[in-house]
Amino acid sequence: MTEPLLQTRGITKSFGALKASDAISLDLRPGEIHALIGPNGAGKSTLIKQIAGNMQPDSGTVHFLGQDVTALDTVARARLGLGRTFQISALAMEFTVLQNAVLGALGARGGVMRFFRPVMKDRALLDRATEALERVGLQDHAATRTAELSHGQRRQLEVAVALTLKPRAFLMDEPMAGLGAGGSKRLTGFLDGLRAEAPILLVEHDMDAVFALADRISVLVYGQVIATGTAAEIRANPDVRRAYLGEEDAA
Amino acid sequence: MTRENYINAGLTFLLVLVPFWAWSTGQAYILTLCTKVAILALAGVGLNIALGLGGLVSFGHAAFFGIGGYAMGILASHAQTFDPIMEWPILIEGTKSMPVIWLVAMITSALAALLIGALSLRTSGVYFIMITLAFGQMLYYFTIGWPAYGGEDGLSIYVRNSFPGLNTLVPVQFLILSYVILGLALLFSARLSRAPFGLALTAARQNADRVETVGIAPYRLRLVAFVISGAITGLAGALFADLNRFISPTMFSWHTSGEIMIFVILGGVGRLYGPVAGAALFILLEHLLGGVSDYWKIFLGALLLAVVLFARGGLIGTLAGREVAHD
Amino acid sequence: MTFLLFAEQMLNGLQFGIMLFLMAAGLTLVFGVMGLINLAHGSLYMIGAFAAAAVAGATGSFVLALIASLAAAAAAGALIELTVIRRLYKRDHLDQVLATFALILILSEGTRWVFGSFPLYLDVPSYLSGPVTLPGGIQYPLYRLFIICAGLLVAGGLFALIARTRIGIQIRAGEADREMIAALGVDISRLYTLVFALGAALAGLAGALVGAIQSVQVGMGEPVLILAFVVIVIGGIGSIKGALVGALLVGMTDTMGGVLLPRFFALFLDPSAATTIGASLGSMLIYILMAVVLIVRPSGLYGSA
Repeated sequence: MTEPLLQTRGITKSFGALKASDAISLDLRPGEIHALIGPNGAGKSTLIKQIAGNMQPDSGTVHFLGQDVTALDTVARARLGLGRTFQISALAMEFTVLQNAVLGALGARGGVMRFFRPVMKDRALLDRATEALERVGLQDHAATRTAELSHGQRRQLEVAVALTLKPRAFLMDEPMAGLGAGGSKRLTGFLDGLRAEAPILLVEHDMDAVFALADRISVLVYGQVIATGTAAEIRANPDVRRAYLGEEDAA
Repeated sequence: MTRENYINAGLTFLLVLVPFWAWSTGQAYILTLCTKVAILALAGVGLNIALGLGGLVSFGHAAFFGIGGYAMGILASHAQTFDPIMEWPILIEGTKSMPVIWLVAMITSALAALLIGALSLRTSGVYFIMITLAFGQMLYYFTIGWPAYGGEDGLSIYVRNSFPGLNTLVPVQFLILSYVILGLALLFSARLSRAPFGLALTAARQNADRVETVGIAPYRLRLVAFVISGAITGLAGALFADLNRFISPTMFSWHTSGEIMIFVILGGVGRLYGPVAGAALFILLEHLLGGVSDYWKIFLGALLLAVVLFARGGLIGTLAGREVAHD
Repeated sequence: MTFLLFAEQMLNGLQFGIMLFLMAAGLTLVFGVMGLINLAHGSLYMIGAFAAAAVAGATGSFVLALIASLAAAAAAGALIELTVIRRLYKRDHLDQVLATFALILILSEGTRWVFGSFPLYLDVPSYLSGPVTLPGGIQYPLYRLFIICAGLLVAGGLFALIARTRIGIQIRAGEADREMIAALGVDISRLYTLVFALGAALAGLAGALVGAIQSVQVGMGEPVLILAFVVIVIGGIGSIKGALVGALLVGMTDTMGGVLLPRFFALFLDPSAATTIGASLGSMLIYILMAVVLIVRPSGLYGSA
């Protein structure tokens, strides 16, 4: 078995009496899409925050590229190569689409503390940004103000900015949310090809996409991972059926 | 060229035309007013880097304006009494040389901005506003209670400081000097906003999560912006002190902070020429309304209120429309 | 330093702290409930003092003067809220700062226009003047003692109002969730006007009470306003309890620092230098306190992260 790129070991996080994360151990292996599903309130957002570095677990560790990154903040984890997309688009809305992508390229290359040369004339950054926009199909909107993009286009831009970072692993929080059927299908196709570049930890509500894409699926219920396995295994898992369907007699 | 560029060009033209007319008709007072506009605009250019680009609502920029002023006052007063500032461990003497004074003013205000910024930027929003305000007031009370340089009464400097090759006491020469510095600061500010630093800083204002996610720490960006901003406002303070040949704790007062902010807002926040338009408008109002009524600040307040409630883009925003150039 | 002098300064610090609390309570309530930063709060303090001085001058009654200060400041607060402030709730902090700064310019210059630039005087009534002897032989001005008691009474009333009454429940609910209490049928804009007027009345009362010790003049509210900001930054914005603790801390630190520091420096410096350095440092002490609190707890002692 190949060494996992990203791993959580026994992550626990409580808010008062509520255990939002209860000894969660997950891993993400090279070349795979690992989907994380669960009902609302299962603790998916809390888990994502701990993996991305917005929140410190009470106990347990996060490992990335063989390194314990539990103490590192979001910036440091991003620099190591963790490419994150947000559930609610986090983009600079006054910027053009291209400027948002260039920002990603700039973050990846470094050299932010430069004060004189125009950043939008920097060939290397522009090339990298344009390439990412082309890959998600936004090249025709490069000069559009981000605030004027449709909801689906913003999702695409989120992915494009993550691509400019050339990350070692992706952490995607509901990239399909709010996409129409067509958009969702297109993004599914795109992510399918992306896993060869870097594996994806995918939190998603769109079950069609999850079952079409995921090599493995983990199910989170009440802060606990109740099952991990292939799509077929998860479908057949009695605990999962009980959690989702309330089938008392499933077992 | 965008509409904003035309407006900027028009403003530049006016700012050159008015003093030229004043100079050719021998109206020294108008020249002084124009110099004042340039210097106050410079202070606004400094604040605009923190406020306009970085979204940092600093209500304590009077601290840097005052430090710049006191740097000038301290250096010049020691030079005029031939009494060294410090003899041990190294000898530091006063000076009347503008370039040296400017350098000292910028370095000291940058250091103060580093300290104040490092603390204040740990917080955000309304905390940041109150804390910058409080640090400004701290220096205000400190200078009031510090008798060495005049305390509450302030300190007069008898002769304007010197610049190699110029006679700075001739109004038009000091005016040109101030214009050149303002021009350089505008140029720097324009370059800065288009540079990688400017892109990342303005992105951090719009969405800090985004910036962190691409591996850039917003805190560092903001701190550097705050320091640059403080240094430019400090330089303006030194020039302002030289214009009046007088320093006093008023330079540190929070009304000064508020006024610097008014220049930026009246003109148009985040616009390159916003502080210039705002400072010009402010001085114009002070001059026109001040002649009509002793209570001209009532009208200033009403105007500011109207701009905030109904014309959010300020003068330039209202004339040029919402669109901001994206090149 | 004798015990008596020390005790007297402690009481002075307490009195100062309680006046700061009356200012800070309104600021922090308005921020907590409406999310608004109000720089013009100092103007309401000034309005209270001027109203008191004017009424005392006309009627000679100190009680009427205090009532006038409450009424005038509350009325001014309600008027400001209805005309300007309510347009600012949905705006960002920059707009709030600028608009309320504009209000300061208007209110200060307006007051100067009406009352002139010379300070007014509000006399302590004869039945409250003169010293009293406290247990332990401490001689203390009766009026300052009155301020302490009045302030404590108002503070207690405010806590009871928020903890016990219907309006208090609405205020607390408004801090937690605006949409929810609107959905429950509470008239949110009336609640906001009420809260703003309440904060204004407290500021006005503080202005009148302090106005009898100091002079009543334009701009008198500004130093107090800035100290009140320091208070709520230390206490945590939105927390009434934080405002009380912060106010007492700032009042004590400022008063005791001003007295103790020069004496401390006198131990190893010559007297004039000790006085100068001590006084300068003393005036900076509360800001240093604020910086320390910020380093340890960036959202204040009782602030929610």
